[in-house]
Amino acid sequence: MAWFKRSKENISPESRKTDLPDGQWSKCEDCGEIIHNKQLEVNLWMCPKCQYHFRIGSDQYISFIFDKNSFKEYDKKMRSGDPLEFEDTKRYKDRINATIKKSGLNDAIKTGVGKIEGQKAAFACMDFGFIGGSMGSVVGEKIARIIDVAYEDKIPLVIISQSGGARMMEGAFSLMQMAKTSARLARHADAKLPFISVLTDPTTGGVTASYAMLGDVIIAEPKALIGFAGPRVIRQTIGRDLPEGFQRSEFLLENGFIDFIVNRKQLKEKLSHLLFYFNSN
Amino acid sequence: MAKNVLDFEKPIVDLENKIDEMRKYEGHLDIADEIKVLEEKVNQLKYNIYENLTRWQKVQLARHPERPYTLDYIYMITENFIELHGDRLFKDDHAIVGGLAKIDYAKVMIIGHQKGRDTKSNLFRNFGMPNPEGYRKALRLMKLAEKFNIPVFTMLDTPGAYPGLEAEERGQAEAIAKNLLEMSRLKVPIIITIIGEGASGGALGIGIGDRVLMLQNTWYSVISPESCSSILWRSWDYKEQAAESLKLTAEDLLEQGIIDRIIPEPLGGAHKDHHLMADTLKKVLLEELNSLRKIKPEKLVQNRLEKFGKMGVYVD
Repeated sequence: MAWFKRSKENISPESRKTDLPDGQWSKCEDCGEIIHNKQLEVNLWMCPKCQYHFRIGSDQYISFIFDKNSFKEYDKKMRSGDPLEFEDTKRYKDRINATIKKSGLNDAIKTGVGKIEGQKAAFACMDFGFIGGSMGSVVGEKIARIIDVAYEDKIPLVIISQSGGARMMEGAFSLMQMAKTSARLARHADAKLPFISVLTDPTTGGVTASYAMLGDVIIAEPKALIGFAGPRVIRQTIGRDLPEGFQRSEFLLENGFIDFIVNRKQLKEKLSHLLFYFNSN
Repeated sequence: MAKNVLDFEKPIVDLENKIDEMRKYEGHLDIADEIKVLEEKVNQLKYNIYENLTRWQKVQLARHPERPYTLDYIYMITENFIELHGDRLFKDDHAIVGGLAKIDYAKVMIIGHQKGRDTKSNLFRNFGMPNPEGYRKALRLMKLAEKFNIPVFTMLDTPGAYPGLEAEERGQAEAIAKNLLEMSRLKVPIIITIIGEGASGGALGIGIGDRVLMLQNTWYSVISPESCSSILWRSWDYKEQAAESLKLTAEDLLEQGIIDRIIPEPLGGAHKDHHLMADTLKKVLLEELNSLRKIKPEKLVQNRLEKFGKMGVYVD
């Protein structure tokens, strides 16, 4: 007899293991192709064989979306203030400091202003590598401020989301960032300024349920996980496996919640076209 | 004997049972003095226990199955309530109720999460967990209120937005996000009251307003203590600690500047005296409404933007 018995029979094991080759090579999570890192970079971190989009951070997006040397970062040094003096198995303060050291980022977002094919835009891009791209006070405040910049300068706004949701360690403060950013977007919209929301893998929880879903145009990278509740929670709720492709970009497109799916290689071009259409000048 | 006794209430109930027992013999024996002593003791005990609740104990009180729910308050504090149904897109969600009502001389649109009291009504109400159509109904009613310059009261009491398959298909996240945006620019006064559980985005989805009030024994946070425990401690057993860490009680949120006011509950919780609770709530709501009425709509919206804009702690 088995020692452990699965309590819910319709549920299959959590995840498959991936073994990454050392050093200069990366393995495609989708097709298993082994790719040299240099080749990956040239290909904008997509698998040359199957077009699988590797998860990348804000620096990488900035590097290929903005015209050369046009991007200026704002509020670079802002850090979390640990308002609750939160402690789980670790102190939040320690977790933050360790993550800053490890990732070289100060929090899960970079904001700034730059030019996309010559068109000025306010910009924010999240980083999953910083505590799961979670939204706490810093993410909320930096987004609010960059929306203010867009509002004051009357320029469009582009946000690339990549987040597991709101950051638990800041409790209700994290929750209120959803309110703060949405309220700013309302003012931005009232001023007839465009907002383009780009969803990447993954965009879930409080981020999806606030600014990520409030774009005038919402676009997504292929096969990105996008949803409110995480798939694990839903699986537990309904007690069976989820259908293939559930909560992926293609599923959202089918259900009418995003405008189109964009291959990373065409992201800059599509953004610049959209900015052109919405430009009032 | 009272049902639904929480662990920490047991000493009170034991003593109360003892008093009841003694009362049976009161006619035969001269024990009036002894009963009196015990009654004083029980009052003292109640005071000690209920005034020194831990955060987890408050979470338990917030979920007490005998607490008044949105419709109970509506029936107790308003007249001529007309419930309005449906989001005009898909269906009527029973986990969020709403409609027009008269509270003293004020016309209001009242919207709130609705839980059930037994298995059957809980299934009907989906345990107070809305689907997207619930948030869309709420928004429809708020826009209707705005059109006719009627203030909006919302009552929050949910374990969360429903994490189901169809909810995702129909855009749970989009429905909540849209409400946040639209509520932040609605041109009528909005007063939010957390009457039970304020769980995350599912609560906030009808939770943006000019005043945010919390009943004394309720909680409001980004996640429930149980889910927080399971994610950060990788076990369901640390819910008490998670509740402490999350600082999710009315007192905590007032201190954090996230809510404006705590509404006192009867000793032992709102469920101990529904009418007393409703009277207090009504008084506070009317008071807050009167102060908001004086503010022009544009200013109201501007204040709301600034109010939520201030929330957050960071090092610049």
